[in-house]
Amino acid sequence: MIEAFQLTKSFGPRVALSEIDLSIEDGDFVTLMGPNGAGKTTLLRILATLSRPSSGRVRIAGMDPAREGERIRRCIGFLSHGTMLYDELTAEQNLRFYARLYDVPGASSRVDDLLQRVGLSERRRDKVSTLSRGLKQRLAVARAVLHGPRILLLDEPYTGLDPQAVDALTDLLVDVAGRGCLILLATHRINRGLALGRRVLVLDQGRLIYDRPRETITLRAFTEFYRGVTS
Amino acid sequence: MSFLRKLLAVINKDIAAEMHTREIISAMLVFSLLQLLIFSFALDLHAAIAETVAPGVLWATIVFAGTLGLNRSLAREQRNSCIDGLLLAPMSRSAIFFGKVAGNFLFMVLVEAALVPLFSALFGVALFRLSVLLVLGLGTLGYASVGTLMAAIAVNTRAREVMLPVLLFPLALPVLIGAVQATGGLVSGGSLVDVAAWVRVLVVYDLVITAVSLVTFGYVLEG
Amino acid sequence: MRGSDNYLAQHLLTVGSGLVMLVALGMVFLYAPREAVMGDVQRIFYFHVASAWVGFFGFFVTFLAGVGYLLSGQRRWDVLALSSVEVGVTFITMTVVTGSLWAKPAWGTYWTWEPRLTISAVQLLIYVAYLMLRGSVEGREQRARFSSVYGIVAFVTVPLSWFAIRWWRTIHPDILTGGDQMAIAPRMIHTLLVSIGAFTLLYAALLSLRMKLEWTSDELIRMRLKLERRSRG
Repeated sequence: MIEAFQLTKSFGPRVALSEIDLSIEDGDFVTLMGPNGAGKTTLLRILATLSRPSSGRVRIAGMDPAREGERIRRCIGFLSHGTMLYDELTAEQNLRFYARLYDVPGASSRVDDLLQRVGLSERRRDKVSTLSRGLKQRLAVARAVLHGPRILLLDEPYTGLDPQAVDALTDLLVDVAGRGCLILLATHRINRGLALGRRVLVLDQGRLIYDRPRETITLRAFTEFYRGVTS
Repeated sequence: MSFLRKLLAVINKDIAAEMHTREIISAMLVFSLLQLLIFSFALDLHAAIAETVAPGVLWATIVFAGTLGLNRSLAREQRNSCIDGLLLAPMSRSAIFFGKVAGNFLFMVLVEAALVPLFSALFGVALFRLSVLLVLGLGTLGYASVGTLMAAIAVNTRAREVMLPVLLFPLALPVLIGAVQATGGLVSGGSLVDVAAWVRVLVVYDLVITAVSLVTFGYVLEG
Repeated sequence: MRGSDNYLAQHLLTVGSGLVMLVALGMVFLYAPREAVMGDVQRIFYFHVASAWVGFFGFFVTFLAGVGYLLSGQRRWDVLALSSVEVGVTFITMTVVTGSLWAKPAWGTYWTWEPRLTISAVQLLIYVAYLMLRGSVEGREQRARFSSVYGIVAFVTVPLSWFAIRWWRTIHPDILTGGDQMAIAPRMIHTLLVSIGAFTLLYAALLSLRMKLEWTSDELIRMRLKLERRSRG
């Protein structure tokens, strides 16, 4: 469960997030939409404990990030713009390293299993620097779900993916969501946002201006609304 | 112990990365050799003055070469936002700090291991003694400590290659003075007791700077 | 420190530091006796020591402000840290310059590795690096965090450098500084104390002006952002 109360983040005079109130239940699949610079990345980084709010409160699984950071980090998986992968290490070494940091039990079979699921079994001994953008992104996804997080935060996970990898990622997300994992996926593209989420949020200039269940939204009306925001 | 296990994981990761690329060690080593060459000509290094100048040349070489390794090591964490990956993991910031310091210390010591026999052979000064190695270790530890902190800052600035030495050198002055004096005292025939004051400078510096770096490192990383 | 509410206090401080500075000048040239060995040249000593003290004090304030910023994240600590470094660098530069001006007639050379002079030069380099760091970091928050950390670590190394340099000098005694001893008369001490007081007041006046400048520049950025937002609709 994710909760935010009056969450505000400013960088000097620029306000990136303004008084966000938000509550997401366990197991929900929510898409977070908004144009570039709307504050999506800032919000995800705060929820991932990578950044601290200027004011307001955040609770992750009922815990305060400032006090119980380590326990919260155990249940969070975060996929950001950076792949968080070491170019100098092989695909397998990267996952094994992170598995050690997260104390993943049965690490080697877990790593094998994940490499297979993202289609990298054959290239497991290749250095990450030799992988294509799409393959790197697949590995980054594997890294994010490695420790079986209960909360998965994804920042534009589809950028740079080939169509085949898009399908693989969607399958993986549906599977993870099916196991009761809370997913918050940020994207600026309408079709992705509406295709996956059960609830849709829209951020604009740091404010949460839209919050509705997916089934009450029609593509047409939403497209019109979203155009108004992005123009 | 979870702290130690994760610290070791960070060190292992750096070693594995270095085994694949060898870019940190080779850069430091080649640069050190070039410096030796330049110093030899610049100071006209021959046996008669070697004993007085060698400690200074040795430490200048280590200090300059060290910045290359420190920069690379922290730039690796910066690339692809790997540092976020470390911060996201359930581990304390101090485990990240000590892990990186240990890795940088290790790489510098390996370069010194090649440098010391070369120095002894070229200039005829006896560096292969336990006391000298102890001084090398103490000096390198303090330098790696403050250097890791400064490199973590420098890789986030424009012109990072220039920024690291500018930030680091004036803060590393006590290490340089202490290490050069202690090495000099030992090379000219003294024992550890004779250079005890300098060894104390190094120990105090190591303790103080490691404590301060440890406390402030977390603030460098998270925004 | 914000706004015009303490406009009067600012002016009192500025004018007051000017007046005390005049008194100090008068004492340096008229009240303090002529030093027996070095002669009138020695009078630079009162400015030299006073500016060294103010420089060091300024960097101490930056250290405290750095701790304050890291603990609270409030902009005002960063404004204080930056302003204090800029004023401190000005004074420590003066220390180094007056030191070398003094060294020439006293020891026949513009530079000696006298420990106090050397540590001033080291501090100058450290805090010039601090200002360079500020200039090359993007983003106000990151800049404030990095410079707070640097201000803290740097200040902690200064005493260590001081002891290392002093011991280093005792091993390699500088023949030039042999005649270091200066007979100090009571009038000299009075003059020195008033000088230090005057320089400290001047530091406070410059510091508060510099901080005001920073707040004004913040205000300007805020207004510009507001204008931009309005023009975009």
